[in-house]
Amino acid sequence: MSEFLQFLFSGVTVGAVYALVALGFTIIYNASDVVNFAQGEFVMLGGMITWFAHAAGLPLPLAALIAIVATAALGVAINKLAIEPARGAPVVSLIIITIGASVFLQGAAQLVFDKQIHSFPAFSGDRPLRIGGATIQPQSLWVIGGALVVFAGLWLFFTRTLLGRAVLATSNNRLAAQLVGINTNFVMTLSFALSAGIGALAGVLATPITLTAYNVGIGFALKGFAGAMLGGMGNPKGALAGGFLIGLIEALTAGYLSSTYKEAAAFVVILLVLFFMPQGLFGRKSTERV
Amino acid sequence: MIKKTLTTTVPAALVALALASAASAEIRIGASVSATGPAAFLGDPEAKTLEMLVEDLNAKGGINGEEVALVLYDDGGDANKARTFATRLIEDDEVQAIIGGSTTGTSMAILSVAEDAEIPFISLAGAIDIIDPVKPYTFKTPHTDRMACQKIFEDMQKRGIAKIGMISGTDGFGASMQAQCKEVAGDYGIEIAADETYDPKDADMTAQLTKIKNAEGVQAVLNPGFGQGPSIVTRNYKQLAIDLPLYQSHGVASDGFIELAGKDAAEGVRLPGTALLVAELLPEGDAQKPVVTAYKAAFEERTKTPVGTFGGYAHDAFLILTDAITRAGSTEPEAIRDAIEATKGLAGTTGVYAFTPEDHLGLDLSAFRMLEIKGGEWTLVE
Amino acid sequence: MPKLSAKSATLLVLAALIAVTPFFFPSGYYYRVGALIFVNGLAVTGIVILTGYAGQISLGHAGFAGIGGYACALAPTHLGLHPSLAVVLGAAISAVLAWLVGRPILRLKGYYLAVATLGFGILVAMVLNNERALTGGPDGIAVPDLGLRGLLKDWGLELTNGQFWYFFCGLVLLAGAWIALNLHQSPTGRALRALHGSEIAARTVGVDVARLKLQAFVISAVYASVAGSLVALQNKFITPDVAGFMHSIEMVTMAVLGGAGSVLGAIFGAGVLTLLPQALTVLAEYEQLVLGLVMMLVMIFLRDGLLPSILRKLRGTGE
Repeated sequence: MSEFLQFLFSGVTVGAVYALVALGFTIIYNASDVVNFAQGEFVMLGGMITWFAHAAGLPLPLAALIAIVATAALGVAINKLAIEPARGAPVVSLIIITIGASVFLQGAAQLVFDKQIHSFPAFSGDRPLRIGGATIQPQSLWVIGGALVVFAGLWLFFTRTLLGRAVLATSNNRLAAQLVGINTNFVMTLSFALSAGIGALAGVLATPITLTAYNVGIGFALKGFAGAMLGGMGNPKGALAGGFLIGLIEALTAGYLSSTYKEAAAFVVILLVLFFMPQGLFGRKSTERV
Repeated sequence: MIKKTLTTTVPAALVALALASAASAEIRIGASVSATGPAAFLGDPEAKTLEMLVEDLNAKGGINGEEVALVLYDDGGDANKARTFATRLIEDDEVQAIIGGSTTGTSMAILSVAEDAEIPFISLAGAIDIIDPVKPYTFKTPHTDRMACQKIFEDMQKRGIAKIGMISGTDGFGASMQAQCKEVAGDYGIEIAADETYDPKDADMTAQLTKIKNAEGVQAVLNPGFGQGPSIVTRNYKQLAIDLPLYQSHGVASDGFIELAGKDAAEGVRLPGTALLVAELLPEGDAQKPVVTAYKAAFEERTKTPVGTFGGYAHDAFLILTDAITRAGSTEPEAIRDAIEATKGLAGTTGVYAFTPEDHLGLDLSAFRMLEIKGGEWTLVE
Repeated sequence: MPKLSAKSATLLVLAALIAVTPFFFPSGYYYRVGALIFVNGLAVTGIVILTGYAGQISLGHAGFAGIGGYACALAPTHLGLHPSLAVVLGAAISAVLAWLVGRPILRLKGYYLAVATLGFGILVAMVLNNERALTGGPDGIAVPDLGLRGLLKDWGLELTNGQFWYFFCGLVLLAGAWIALNLHQSPTGRALRALHGSEIAARTVGVDVARLKLQAFVISAVYASVAGSLVALQNKFITPDVAGFMHSIEMVTMAVLGGAGSVLGAIFGAGVLTLLPQALTVLAEYEQLVLGLVMMLVMIFLRDGLLPSILRKLRGTGE
């Protein structure tokens, strides 16, 4: 029993990071129908900028704030400079543009920072908490809490605020949204800022556990993407559940089956879900027009 | 029309390539390391070390009064790219010797090109396959993975450990050492009761460690791997309060490891390291002491990052090569090769090298030192 | 004299390039780069059929390259096959696998198809990486010599290793391009293009959409597989990198960057992206930065790809 609990803790810790990345994917996808493969780089930047600012002598909370704001600004810049000019391009082109952005950000990070692995102190110490014979690091609770808070915030934003509804309207029908007076350009800017900021937040929360380096982004992007797909692209509830599920599948496979093929398990599940319920677990019906 | 465009652009691009690599010096040393990509952790310090050493050497007047030029490429850890760069170094840059191959895969790719062209090649990677069977022009500086396993098992034997759990990275380094350790464990009467792996990008290894912890009769845990994986394993080990000796590999022999794993979590961790990490603890008169101290000071001054075993491998390769060229008094590849094979008692950071035509590794088990982390510092066991 | 057809023009340009550029080579290294361009060009020609003709995406084609490559490493030692037959075996396995996987996968569209193919590619790479006893694991495995160069030598044609692979890969690329161009003009090719235009329209005029997509997927998998075999045989060594995610991305990027709509455009893209890292070694620190920038700029400003855009510009300014 304590063994199972330990696998569970391991799964939700990692899953919470994936969920945050998946939520970031979802926001941009909703606003623009673009899957942003550079999403993982936001996580990397969140960790690296915080480490850099902290190492330069700034207190941790301030360093983290700078990282989140700077990354959000970068997200807006990517939207303005790379996504907006390419509006209407085919999916393949958009995939290559965002992968190009990812490669570019990695290249920039290794120049501005370095190629070493870094970390900074956990927020509430390193003393593990014992629960039912299993242990969990306090920092894990920060990550899990972060994922839940971001989800709740997004849910309130999308359902209770005018602006949030405007974003949803834009995602449903851009032209109609424009006709009723929604500033869709502003919606796009906001979505990228929000998504990049959430990515950076994931980096800030996770780095004391996962460590960070200029090239960690792509791993997070793939898993987060998988989580978003599993839950159903474009659905925040799905993203949250999908991210946690991927983390749990990995941990349980590592624990009970084979640690060598735990990565495989996550992708096999995604393939199965895509084959049998292509819209994901919580997906909207017929998101892709023929 | 189409034809015109292509026939003019492609040769133009090729000419631009040719111009980019035109530079001349008498002694030309080539290098291809993984300064980026998944093995950047190895290749980055190697590249920095080589650049530093060439500058120093030329500032001191070069080799036998001749300037040394270093042609350095980044293969990103990809064997296909490494082969292309090896071809480029030999055919286009016309180097007299090659250092490099941060990983076993890239080393194997480079060595087949170097052997065909009969150019001396010193590899920086661990696998024994690189120099066993011996190939006429290929040498290597690091210990083999097998030697690391033997050193660790020797130490375990002394502590009366007979049953262990292993948790290995699935990258080249971890997978190769995992296989070698499983092969030699029996020689030391050690049984591997749990054998787990993790992906180098993984963020949490508590699931695998829990399995090992619950395996019957495990007395110690061994973690072959490099990069962030071993730091996370070490932290998770502490989190799960596993009260068994933890052994890491030479893959994390750097102060950076203690910093990333945390002083508390790293307490008591043992690993087979090189003299580099314990420069101050070496007795006066130790042949390696001056080399190790000088390299550590110069590298840390220049890069502001702690020295590690991998940069040390590049240091030693460069040392062996320049020593051989000096003695050969020639830049003929064959003369350099013969001079390397005649190397005796050359103290590097990794060990004291002695090559022969039959032994292209030049190190024995004594070059490894069993280290233990105590109070956030490296100490010598014994 | 009748005007040359686009097909003959493409093949002539390619053949001329392969034959003429060696006269400009300052050293043997350029044969290696040339051979790499041709191998990448071959893989990318497959992407033209899948993406350019049929309009489907794959982010997992490196998986097939991995199968082709490892077939050349494993079949000769384990099955006693000649390396040339191993290439055929690899292609056959890739085709069967593509057919099996393609049936469910190709029902998906857009990003869903992208993630499914991505997952497939990653699974193949994972097996190659983890089954150490068979594949040698991440450190790679030796591949036997093709033996053709020795044969040519016996017949009195002595080539260096670099020259041999340059011309051999060049010839295979020509053959691959010829097949792709013929396909383009065939009824299947026309149906594929109709499918690219509008799937519904294609279906209403009686095109068997599912079968057609599957055909394109299988053919492109064979191209990737043969390209992977050529890399393995040429290097006499192979690592799981050949099946890696980044290699899949590289293939698609080459095709789309050059112009996925035409064989020549895609091969041009393969040339540019193979040469770029070689040219950037002087500023290795900036390599990734420049590569990322090029990917974004071309896709934003030259949506049809480099070659079509260049050609249009040349035509526009008048001849």
